[in-house]
Amino acid sequence: MSQNIVEIKDVTFTRGERVIYKNMSFNVPKGKITAIMGPSGIGKTTMLRLIGGQLKPESGDILFEQQSIPKMSRKNLYQARKKMSMLFQSGALFTDMSVFDNVAFPIREHTALNEDLIRIIVLLKLELVGLRGAKDLMPSELSGGMARRAALARSIALDPDLIMYDEPFAGQDPISMGVLVKLIKSLNNVLNISSLIVTHDVSEVMSIADHVVIIADKGVIGEGSPEKMLQHESPLVQQFLQGLSDGPVPFHFEAKDYSKDLLSEQSEGEY
Amino acid sequence: MIAFWQRLGKSTIERFSSIGRATSLLLGALFSLPNFKKGTPLLVKQLYSVGFLSLIIIIVSGLFIGMVLALQGYTVLQGYGAEGSLGPLVALSLLRELGPVVTALLFAGRAGSALTAEIGLMKATEQLSSLEMMAVDPLKRIIAPRFWAGMISMPLLALIFSAVGILGAHLVGVNWLGVDTGSFWSIMQAEVSFEKDILNGIIKSVVFAFLITWIALYRGYDCIPTSEGISNATTKTVVQSSLAVLGFDFVLTAVMFSS
Repeated sequence: MSQNIVEIKDVTFTRGERVIYKNMSFNVPKGKITAIMGPSGIGKTTMLRLIGGQLKPESGDILFEQQSIPKMSRKNLYQARKKMSMLFQSGALFTDMSVFDNVAFPIREHTALNEDLIRIIVLLKLELVGLRGAKDLMPSELSGGMARRAALARSIALDPDLIMYDEPFAGQDPISMGVLVKLIKSLNNVLNISSLIVTHDVSEVMSIADHVVIIADKGVIGEGSPEKMLQHESPLVQQFLQGLSDGPVPFHFEAKDYSKDLLSEQSEGEY
Repeated sequence: MIAFWQRLGKSTIERFSSIGRATSLLLGALFSLPNFKKGTPLLVKQLYSVGFLSLIIIIVSGLFIGMVLALQGYTVLQGYGAEGSLGPLVALSLLRELGPVVTALLFAGRAGSALTAEIGLMKATEQLSSLEMMAVDPLKRIIAPRFWAGMISMPLLALIFSAVGILGAHLVGVNWLGVDTGSFWSIMQAEVSFEKDILNGIIKSVVFAFLITWIALYRGYDCIPTSEGISNATTKTVVQSSLAVLGFDFVLTAVMFSS
């Protein structure tokens, strides 16, 4: 039996004429916390959508529990999605439902459990994220951090095998961030699931990740344990992990010569 | 020159692919297998927001249009001594034309734009994506109930519009201007045919409901998920569905009444 819950094999994905990934491969080990990191705009969220089957690669294969996601029929894909869940950056709570109904939603959709049992499951999940007391609130009444925790409760409602987190720490205050880091770690251990976190908050994720994948230049530039990554020889990996403003990823956007640009006459219609 | 042909080719391909996406959305909504237990509450909720909440604007507009029709009609008919024909004049205008068309235009502005904005915002806030990731088909859960709510509520709203309009005309024509109440109702009953007038009006409003709801849902589902994209999509919904209603009204009128 494979040790990996997700295997990305030689995936090439383009959007219009822009190549996002070229022959990219990496694995997401079972039962571990895997972090995908990389500079903004290199398609980290796209990778989650490819694993979830919302997008299809041009070539290559994506295996989830040894089954090919791109080759699945719609029916099988929906079956596979019941075993994975995704925490969106915005939380994506349904704004016309209370926190309780949001968490109960996947259970009501996919099971025939009676309301008494659903109530118990929802309260258990909300207790895990510390929001049992907020069950009757509407999403508009929650703070950003609470909304993300409520969405997290919804994403574990059906006890998935894999949870994918899309930028879980973005825009969070230090307290909420600390709470989320602790929650992701404890959920992974308590529920015995696999976690895949897409982020560029290096220090937070390095503290809890078991496996780190760094993406840049349309492919994986480094993969391994956090300790191994900190010792990585690639200057690009080091620039990213240490947050250096200049390096292989230049500080300056490509432009013509500075002195010539300053001294040249303003061309017509440029401003 | 080549650039012109390139632009033309690109916009043609984009137009056809847009029609393809719209058709696939429609088929998805039409042929989603209805689950009675889960589908009924969703449909009732949409009937409330799409249909019931449009009632006030429909009733008020119907009342005023009926009253204006009576005033205008009375002035002309009085010149021929034919003010007794005010009843059929108002009833036929409302049942054949104004009921279905004005209701459709109001419905596009009130409910169509709301549907587009709601679905566009659901897309922008990743609610549609999260439904897909929860293995719930957004076409079945979000699109289908709204489509059927539009199809059911708009013809009913058009009938209410016509009925209220006739009452408004009665208020002005009979109670205010002094047209004989007996001739108002009896000539109307004699002149208005159920099949030719009422049924054709209902058919028209069913066609308009189909057009508006389809355009509104497609524009929301296919919008660019930004504030500008949603605003463009909402504008397109109102403009395109209003034009579609007026265009189809001419075609339907030509087919139904030209002989």
